[in-house]
Amino acid sequence: MIPWLTIAIALPAVGAALVWALPRTAAKASPAGAAQAAEASASTGGATATAVRPAATATGAGGSAETAKRLTLGFSLATLLVVAAMALRFDTSQAAGLQFEEVHPWIERFGVNYAVGVDGIALVLILMSAVLVPLVVLAAWNEHEDRPDGGRGYFALILVLEAMMIGVFAATDVFLFYVFFEAMLIPVYFMIGRYGRGDDRTRAAVKFLLYSLAGGLVMLVSVIGVYVIGGSFLWTDLVGEGSALAAVDPATARWLFLGFFIAFAIKAPMWPVHTWLPSAAGASRPGTAVLLVGVLDKVGTYGMLRYCLELFPAAVSWFVWPVVALSLVSIIYGAILAIGQNDMMRLVAYTSVSHFGFITLGIFALTAQGQAGAALYMVNHGFATGALFLVVGFLVARRGSSLISDYGGVQKVAPKLAGVFLVTGLAGLALPGLAPFVSEFLVFVGAYAFHPVPAVIAAVGVVLAALYILWMYQRTMNGPTKEGLTGLRDLSARETWAVAPLLALILVLGVYPQPALDVINPAVERTVGIGSGAADTAAAGGSEGAAGAQEEEGDAE
Amino acid sequence: MIPHMDLPVITETPPDLDWWLLAPLITVFAAGVLGVLFEAFVPKGRRRGLQIGLAVLALLAAFVLLVLQVGSLPADEAGVTVAAGVLAVDRTVIFFQGTITVLALVSLLLISERRDGRDAFAAQAATVPGSEEERAHILAGSQHTEVYPLVLFAVLGMLMFPASNDFLTMFIALEVMSLPLYLLCGLARRRRLFSQEAAVKYFLLGAFSSAFFLFGAAMVYGYAGSVNFGEIRAAVDAGGARIFEGGNGEPLLLMGIGLVAIGLLFKVGAVPFHNWKPDVYQGAPTPITALMASCTLVAAFGALLRVFFVPFGGSAESWQPMLWVVAVLTMVVAAVIAVTQRDVKRLLAYSSVVHAGFVLTAVVAGSTDGLAGAMFYLAAYGFTTLGAFAVVTLVRTRDGGQELGDLDRWAGLGRRSPALAGALALFLLAFAGIPLTSGFIGKFAVFEAAVAAGATPLVVVGVLSSAVTAFFYVRIIVVMFFRDSEGEGPTVVRAGAATGGVIVVGVAATLLLGLYPGPVLDNLLPSSETGPEPVAVMVDQASTQTGTE
Repeated sequence: MIPWLTIAIALPAVGAALVWALPRTAAKASPAGAAQAAEASASTGGATATAVRPAATATGAGGSAETAKRLTLGFSLATLLVVAAMALRFDTSQAAGLQFEEVHPWIERFGVNYAVGVDGIALVLILMSAVLVPLVVLAAWNEHEDRPDGGRGYFALILVLEAMMIGVFAATDVFLFYVFFEAMLIPVYFMIGRYGRGDDRTRAAVKFLLYSLAGGLVMLVSVIGVYVIGGSFLWTDLVGEGSALAAVDPATARWLFLGFFIAFAIKAPMWPVHTWLPSAAGASRPGTAVLLVGVLDKVGTYGMLRYCLELFPAAVSWFVWPVVALSLVSIIYGAILAIGQNDMMRLVAYTSVSHFGFITLGIFALTAQGQAGAALYMVNHGFATGALFLVVGFLVARRGSSLISDYGGVQKVAPKLAGVFLVTGLAGLALPGLAPFVSEFLVFVGAYAFHPVPAVIAAVGVVLAALYILWMYQRTMNGPTKEGLTGLRDLSARETWAVAPLLALILVLGVYPQPALDVINPAVERTVGIGSGAADTAAAGGSEGAAGAQEEEGDAE
Repeated sequence: MIPHMDLPVITETPPDLDWWLLAPLITVFAAGVLGVLFEAFVPKGRRRGLQIGLAVLALLAAFVLLVLQVGSLPADEAGVTVAAGVLAVDRTVIFFQGTITVLALVSLLLISERRDGRDAFAAQAATVPGSEEERAHILAGSQHTEVYPLVLFAVLGMLMFPASNDFLTMFIALEVMSLPLYLLCGLARRRRLFSQEAAVKYFLLGAFSSAFFLFGAAMVYGYAGSVNFGEIRAAVDAGGARIFEGGNGEPLLLMGIGLVAIGLLFKVGAVPFHNWKPDVYQGAPTPITALMASCTLVAAFGALLRVFFVPFGGSAESWQPMLWVVAVLTMVVAAVIAVTQRDVKRLLAYSSVVHAGFVLTAVVAGSTDGLAGAMFYLAAYGFTTLGAFAVVTLVRTRDGGQELGDLDRWAGLGRRSPALAGALALFLLAFAGIPLTSGFIGKFAVFEAAVAAGATPLVVVGVLSSAVTAFFYVRIIVVMFFRDSEGEGPTVVRAGAATGGVIVVGVAATLLLGLYPGPVLDNLLPSSETGPEPVAVMVDQASTQTGTE
């Protein structure tokens, strides 16, 4: 049996090591060069030394940086092939259970295993990550040419991140999941802080890291709690009626749920712990933003589905209404703030806060359509928002600014770019025929079946979405062409290749989402079974849910 | 009326010593004595090489002997006591001693490092700083090769400290360990007044805490009628020595526990007994700081674990509340103060205080798992902190070349020397407890033990404190990697083989214990299968009492 998942995790990791270890013509010389420079500055003053060094590194780094890029692209494509081959072998009829399972003991004292496996949801998320990475590499091709290392470190970090992203979705051991969950912050931290844009990037990177770390540490307490109570880290041991964890008293279960949930809510940017996202996305390179918002944040919603719901079914009913309320706030709040943004990167980040509200709403509606819609939304959002970030990135690469006010009338000079911008934007506002529509519709159906009021409130978010997308398009693409934009290049072949696959996926999944749903649905049914079982007991126990619903209704009116 | 106690009858026959089990200690002691003789009889020029060789050989030999000893321990028992029950030799003790020996070896590399023919120590410590006499000694190239025997004596104390099986031996070990360290702290080559101030501060506070310890030991003797850990444990279980029928000796025991705890908590640097740490760590020569931050901490915690788990193990309910308070204070106060620090050595000192707090959570757990967690944590932290201090020794100011403590001026280090900055970043991430580093496994081990023992609130405080500490570790990374130097940045002196070796060992241990900790966790540490109570793996009985009965 071929260990598909391990190969998919190891391949980018090996690639990263190779990119890092590339014979650096510049770096080889640099210790000596630096020493010389130090001596020179000590004796004759720093001027000559500083003049010599950048020149030396620039000539030396050019060649190895080119190799680094090709190597990165090659490895990410190879990973995509592996993941695609794995996806083809995935048995859809068994999508509810874990497939491609591997379990190897890692730290026996704590019962920690290297255990991976995928169900339908994890599979589509891994597939999405594997699709996005090569496109990000392609889009970032020329971004770091002015850096002394030619961006080699950046590309190595992308591969490290890819390994961890696949690992985090594939992990079926809570400890292993936590390891990937936390370790993955470090590459992103450097991608923002070291290779980001603007003067604010350091603060944004630190904010991102501290928020996520704080959430992760809270989760650590719950992870330990799960181990102490459940006696195992293996997900398969922990879920289900017979597990030791299922027998825990409800109060403890709620605390454990909360520990996981806080970490996931920070990750998924849910109001009110979303504030790191706009600044992080604003200070990111577009490629980083794609991976950050498109994949990393999905770990939060994936974790809610996989860990919060399935590990603590007894606690779910208690949290449903608060989480639904927070989701609604995220939907509306994110959309309103998006409308007010002048920075396109931040704008897209705020739209994501809104979209993640839809996803969590779908998850905690605890209905089959809602959760299937949420799972599909995670994938669609990755493609749609990824494409939007990339197109904004193309604009930034041309004009050097991400401010809406710096653009205008781009459509006349770069029609292809404008067209792509429009399509991705429309995908962002869930136009029928494009992929996000299907998932958003499913979330609505699911939410309505759960309770009409949240669905109605969420619908406001759709109207606002039209506003922020179309208004952004109007201000940047229509109207008279702004000064300095007349010579704007249209999409190059490389850039076209970077977004074309995403547009194709958005269209295909918009018209024919069935293959994805076939994979997702069985897995979701499992979660729905657990969640609704808990909801039933809650309903039997009293009219707590109904009372909460009425309160919410009162608030809405 | 003089109470009747079971005093051992003094006989003519000398106690039966198991030389084999004492061999590691004797080796280090003999090497120290030999080193002193070298100082007296070997010509100046040849001393240094000889002393270093002797010290390295002694520590290597001690380590080999320790490894061999594991095999000679009885298979079905935790271990034995030697020398009429004053020292314990069990697997826990050997783990601590082995860790201390290895860490001391690595620190020795750092201590022996020379740049331009000068090491980190004053040419002639007895001269007045800035005087003509001092200049003459510097020009003459004088050096203190006494450093090496002093280090060996300190290591001897550290090896005895966690192995002691009675309070008097423990006190002697404490002093043998501390006195050379007081001296070594004052030997810095640069900023000598600062260094001497640190030494005086350390000595005064240390002497004070030793007095507390001794006073506490006297109280415990009054309660139990013995200083032997095994007998104290029996007395605690029985509610006091025979004179205290009805259990009215409790106050003596409580006072004893409190005072002894002050002495030990001072050595590990827990709040509120932490005040010496930043000053001493900053003032002492950095290689000595590294020795103290790794070996002394391990030794002190080894002793602390032994005292709380063996003699006082039966009265856990009386000391646990105290340690709860100390652990919370340590984790919170030190983390908050650390945020305001601008000097890298002070920051690492406060960080070491916070880590002491994390280990204390495992002590509070009071279980075998807690003991194992603390042992792993200390070993992992020791290597990481050695590496971090090794990096500190390399970053210097441009003028004069003294170490550059001011963090703000470390800007641009990541660009200037990426490998060095990368290594330090790894150490800092390990301190912060990021997965895939040893720091994470250690943190998990202690927190898991604490949660399993029902100390979940303590763990919640611990993770919140971790989040605060992450802030200042991350800040160093920001300064190194994300900021360009304004004006003149630091210079990085080329790492010599010794310092480079220390950093490589630090990186290797940090990664290895983070990625593949299984062998250490499964084989070297006590497992709860032997018994939930730590005393199951910690020897206390005076079993070889041939000469005393």
